[in-house]
Amino acid sequence: MSAFWLTLLTPVIGAVVLAWIPRLQVSSWLNVGFCALEFLASVVMAYQIKQQGVYITPGFQIDAFNIYLIMLTAFVGLTTAIFSRPYMQDVCEQGRLTRSRMRLYHAMYQAFLFTMLLALSSDNLGILWVAVEGATLATVLLVSLYRTPESIEAAWKYFILCGVGIALALFGTVLVYFAAQHALPDPEQGLNWHTLFEHAQALNPTVMSIAFVFLLVGYGTKVGLVPMHFWLPDAHSEGPTPVSAVLSGLLLNVALYAVVRFKMLVDGALAGADTPDMAGHLMMGFGLLSFSIAVLSLQRQKDIKRLFSYSSIEHMGLMTFAFGMGGSLATFAGLLHMLVHSLTKSAIFVTVGHASHIANTQRIEHIRGLIRTQPGVGWGLLLGVAAIAGFPPFGLFSSEFLILSATIQSWPWLTLLLLTGLGIAFAGLFRNVHPMVYGTAPDGQAAVSANMLPVVLHLLLVLWLGLAIPAFLSGWLNDVTVLISGKGL
Amino acid sequence: MMLAHLPLLEQGIFVLAALVLFTSFALLAQTRLTAAIHSFAWQGIMVALVTVLVAMVSHIHHLYLSALLTFSLKSLLIPWMLHRLVRRLNMEREVEMISHPAILLLTGAVLVIFSYWIALPIERLGLGNTRNIVAISLSVVLLGLWMMVSRRQVIAQVLGFMSMENGLFLAAVASTKGMPLVVELGVAFDVLVAAVLFGIFFFHISESIESLDVDRLNRLSEREEIS
Repeated sequence: MSAFWLTLLTPVIGAVVLAWIPRLQVSSWLNVGFCALEFLASVVMAYQIKQQGVYITPGFQIDAFNIYLIMLTAFVGLTTAIFSRPYMQDVCEQGRLTRSRMRLYHAMYQAFLFTMLLALSSDNLGILWVAVEGATLATVLLVSLYRTPESIEAAWKYFILCGVGIALALFGTVLVYFAAQHALPDPEQGLNWHTLFEHAQALNPTVMSIAFVFLLVGYGTKVGLVPMHFWLPDAHSEGPTPVSAVLSGLLLNVALYAVVRFKMLVDGALAGADTPDMAGHLMMGFGLLSFSIAVLSLQRQKDIKRLFSYSSIEHMGLMTFAFGMGGSLATFAGLLHMLVHSLTKSAIFVTVGHASHIANTQRIEHIRGLIRTQPGVGWGLLLGVAAIAGFPPFGLFSSEFLILSATIQSWPWLTLLLLTGLGIAFAGLFRNVHPMVYGTAPDGQAAVSANMLPVVLHLLLVLWLGLAIPAFLSGWLNDVTVLISGKGL
Repeated sequence: MMLAHLPLLEQGIFVLAALVLFTSFALLAQTRLTAAIHSFAWQGIMVALVTVLVAMVSHIHHLYLSALLTFSLKSLLIPWMLHRLVRRLNMEREVEMISHPAILLLTGAVLVIFSYWIALPIERLGLGNTRNIVAISLSVVLLGLWMMVSRRQVIAQVLGFMSMENGLFLAAVASTKGMPLVVELGVAFDVLVAAVLFGIFFFHISESIESLDVDRLNRLSEREEIS
């Protein structure tokens, strides 16, 4: 299937080409072009998967679970590239960046997309690890792109914390491989996910449960689970805004995807053991902890990007909780939430980027009167925040509602905690957003050249998903739900 | 398990694994940067030797390649890069103060015992002589982690990071006869890129805070408004 190879290899070519193009005009358009090509190829691939079902080639496997995330990755990559073109030109004109650093930026942007697509499509758990670590390496220089002391500190924290986390995940992967050596007919296949999944019952439950603890802590660091989350607000607030958008929209999802893939193996291995739900309970615990801590930390943020990065931690915690709960309803809700959260959060970061350019600062107390100065940005921020807070017509309402219904079915007492948390998050977001959008604008505040197309597109999609989920998408999500939880909705 | 009854090559693997653990402790307490880099290079050599022995015992030929890769990367290239950086940043004579060396090392010992405790259920399965190796490699990983937490010097932190990688490699080689070759190549590539990035970062950090002490990387915190 050539569409698959086109999707996977375009960013590699893009990274190499963009590293050599000095002219900003050319390279930023080429960046958009490469992303458009990736997205088109992924759409073609999705169409073929729809026709043929699973696509397997040595080392890679595309099933219902990763195809929708691949499409999402390519889509968010494209819209963020569209946003980044005028935005980064603006930054260059302010003199914060040199030409050579822009080359680095574009090359690493494509390299990052490559690692994300590789992690999603690879069937080999070792390659999955290599790709997720590669994503850290590709983005760490992007976080420190402005070379301010703050950004260097943020990048260092990001590098060290994620490096440590991901090292623990590799230890977990080695343990899984170790368990596979004694269970599979062909030990050489011991890292291939679908072979492992077929023989999951034969895997040793003790080794697998120890491995899962390491995997959850390891990949959980990249998901941004509390208490391994300290890199996330720093990296999001100090890096360039397009980088925050792709980190929040894509990287966190891919890390969670890895955790869920491993949970499926562990659940199979533990099916006959004393603690069959051990993996799920661990994820629920970490998810709830992240959700609660993030909701409270959200209240005291002074920096607009930090505010929304805590909101990312909150939502990732909620998804981890949903996947941990298991069952078809919660799994379906978790999958849908991954999709709508990425779309909404990257739209918000795009708007926040424009807002901080208008006000020339990221401090919340100095950003005022957006809707007067530039109605597009003001409305974008207002609607984006309404969507992320879970207001009814938007997709996040549906997914959060489903998560709550699943919680009422299986863990009724936790509903109270979730509802309180959502309420507190809502208060924290709107208390800050309201003056930013409606307050009186300081004198001399002028509109900036903003491209609101990505925001409009994302929010329309989220709105559409809230009103009606198209049949092909709900079919996919249902297939994944069957794959993960054993039965569909 | 009577160690003396094992074949000679396997006994050799255990001895070398123990030496890897020993170098981890040496690394943890070493305050002089150049000496710490040397300890790290020795650790790389030990890990490469373990790989060669495992290859000889199990007759898996791609392990010779991994051994060569480890040797050239972990005991030649990365120590050489770090040496050059230390020289260019004029830090050869730098000695880092460790406030409580006894507590540092005792915690290290506790971590080793903890690793053996974690590996206990794996031993009960009776899947061969793996417990020792799993426990030792986990100890090396945790000691690397502990080094990154307790030391304030950026280069010491990087050494901790890299010795964690050594521990992971030891686990993969000694308990599962090595991961598939693609994965090992990928991991080696990531380690190499990480080493290069660390080098770049040293310069950025020393330019921006005029030292390589991470205690001075403290601008970003939740309480930034008060200070």
